Amino acid sequence: MVNEGKKRVWSEYQKEIADDHFFYVRSCIRQSFYPGSEQFFLNFLRNDLGKDVYENPSHTTCTGIGYHGDIVPFSTTQTVVARHFALMKESGYKNIAISCVTSFGIYTEILETWKHFPAELEKTREYLFKATGREFDIPENMAHTSDIIYKFRNEITAKIKYPLINRLTGKPLKVVEHIGCHYAKMFPKHGVGGAEFPRVLSGMAEAWGGEVVDYPERRHCCGFGFRQYLVQANRGYSLSNTVKKFESMKPYEPDLVLTNCPGCNMFMDKWQYTAKEMEGMTFGSNGQSIPVLTYEELAGLVLGYNPWDLGLQYHMVQSEPLLRKMGIEVDSGDKYRTRDGRQMPIPKNLINA
Amino acid sequence: MKGSVIVVGGGTAGMEAAGRLAEEGFSVTLIEKEKELGGHLREWHHLFPDRRPGSEVMSYLKKRIEKVNVITGTTVESFHKKGREFIVSTGNGNSIHGDAMLLTTGFDLFRSERKEEYGYGIYENVITSADLEMMFTKKSVRLKNGEKPERIGLLHCVGSRDEKAGNLYCSKLCCVTAVKQAIELRETLGDSKVFCFYMDMRMGGALYEELYREAQEKYGIGFIRGKISEVSTNINNRLVVKAEDTLAGRPLRMELDMLVLMAGMEMSQTGTRLAESGNLKTGENRFFAPADHHFGSNKSNVKGIFYAGTCTAPMNITETISHARSAAADIAGYLKNSK
Repeated sequence: MVNEGKKRVWSEYQKEIADDHFFYVRSCIRQSFYPGSEQFFLNFLRNDLGKDVYENPSHTTCTGIGYHGDIVPFSTTQTVVARHFALMKESGYKNIAISCVTSFGIYTEILETWKHFPAELEKTREYLFKATGREFDIPENMAHTSDIIYKFRNEITAKIKYPLINRLTGKPLKVVEHIGCHYAKMFPKHGVGGAEFPRVLSGMAEAWGGEVVDYPERRHCCGFGFRQYLVQANRGYSLSNTVKKFESMKPYEPDLVLTNCPGCNMFMDKWQYTAKEMEGMTFGSNGQSIPVLTYEELAGLVLGYNPWDLGLQYHMVQSEPLLRKMGIEVDSGDKYRTRDGRQMPIPKNLINA
Repeated sequence: MKGSVIVVGGGTAGMEAAGRLAEEGFSVTLIEKEKELGGHLREWHHLFPDRRPGSEVMSYLKKRIEKVNVITGTTVESFHKKGREFIVSTGNGNSIHGDAMLLTTGFDLFRSERKEEYGYGIYENVITSADLEMMFTKKSVRLKNGEKPERIGLLHCVGSRDEKAGNLYCSKLCCVTAVKQAIELRETLGDSKVFCFYMDMRMGGALYEELYREAQEKYGIGFIRGKISEVSTNINNRLVVKAEDTLAGRPLRMELDMLVLMAGMEMSQTGTRLAESGNLKTGENRFFAPADHHFGSNKSNVKGIFYAGTCTAPMNITETISHARSAAADIAGYLKNSK
């Protein structure tokens, strides 16, 4: 592996990422599965960096899951996204920060469509105006939230409390980075580092002390693939794709998987549970499963946030082995306790706990 | 003196045409940007189909230019036409005058790193056909760690017939180059396994098909109809390639020690620059567009400017030499009639 070659690729895929004043759009699933990720993002940007991040309560789904499930037509999706742009215009913002990779793919696909087929843009303006009386502007800057954390990765490094170093061996932790397909595979120029050797997550992992693992199925889908999972009869295919990917990374004994897509995180986390239940398969070292973290969860960990405030306990694969390697001490009694001290039910048969 | 000709580009076409024009009694100045003449031919160990050493052709061409005024290590910055005369400005500030110009600016090898999925420049044992040819010249086909490769793949059409790369055309020579190099790999390495991944085998030249048959029957080279979609490495630093075997109708994953990318041909940067500055027409393939594909393949859209060789389209050495000779004949006719 020649790093200079990778740097050359990365240099060709640099994107402009706004510095401040973000119109933040939510994901359909991420807040439910990994609420700590969003909270970290908003708290870090607003309170640690002093940035202006605005959420509009009228924002809705981008329809991405329905669109890729072939039940929402493209013209509808374009109009829904145009409505979000209208909300952004009405709120006085020009930089959109998209927290979901599916949405990011939808937004980039629509902006590219409008660039190459201006008639679609005019049609969408007409549909939106007729339906809602709203008008919109195209964003001046569009970034995925992982782009924004990547932009500020060195600010995180400057305040780092727990670098990605195995305290037991002194060696860098081995990180498998997995970007969502819709982040850059459709439009490589919209992703930091492009699609083949993406930099957005590897840049974070390396900045925080980790070592990125390049394994044969690095580019392979997480297994979600929309219809692979959404059509119930296809779910075996979804699972087999995930297993294929994990078997490929297994020889490297990764310490964690880092993702930037809510769907990828969910499938790479939960299918590990399924593979273990069905076949007794595990893919990490010492017969353990591999914790799958979002970039915000990892950023929070290295900065010294309480893992339970970050919501790591809501994953299927528990992160205690990783916390031990990083030297993070936690109070397991707080793991399923609410902030006001109430005890929540404790799940049974947790993996890695 | 019958007239003067400026030849831009000292590769096969430039040397052959310059030599022929000088033989005919014209005053010829040959300008080459590199320090040495020969262009891409200098990098070629053996030529197809008969495996003639590239150095033999070089020796022949060098003898051809004994009467030519050769200027090497000099770029052509621009040119203009004043009346019937051409004035070429070189990078070192000189002006060269001539009654006609011949552009033999050749081709640039497709930059294989543009096909990011193959990892050229990233994975140490992914090399190009030109890199392999240099290994043959040095008589040392080895992996980066010095070991002998045992399983080698050759991937055709890298940067050719590729819409994503912006090149719809066929580079024409890569198929036969792959066959030649596959045979040479088997001869050099002995009991190695060699596989060619191709879209179509375009073996249109004299004795090409015979070479292809020999590669299969005598050397046991595997030909897999399907392009490689991605390359990565496994924990043993072996290359892992994914492809589709379109004849078997199934995906394929294979471990290799070395992958050779058959890089295509593109219009040279020098040619592109001169086309823009001199208002010379180029085709959809970005090479110089001949005035007429049948009757004027050496003529440009500017009277007195001619083309020869791979600045007009991919061609092999045989075709390049023929094209250079016909350019010399066209130029001789032009100068004779313009006096």
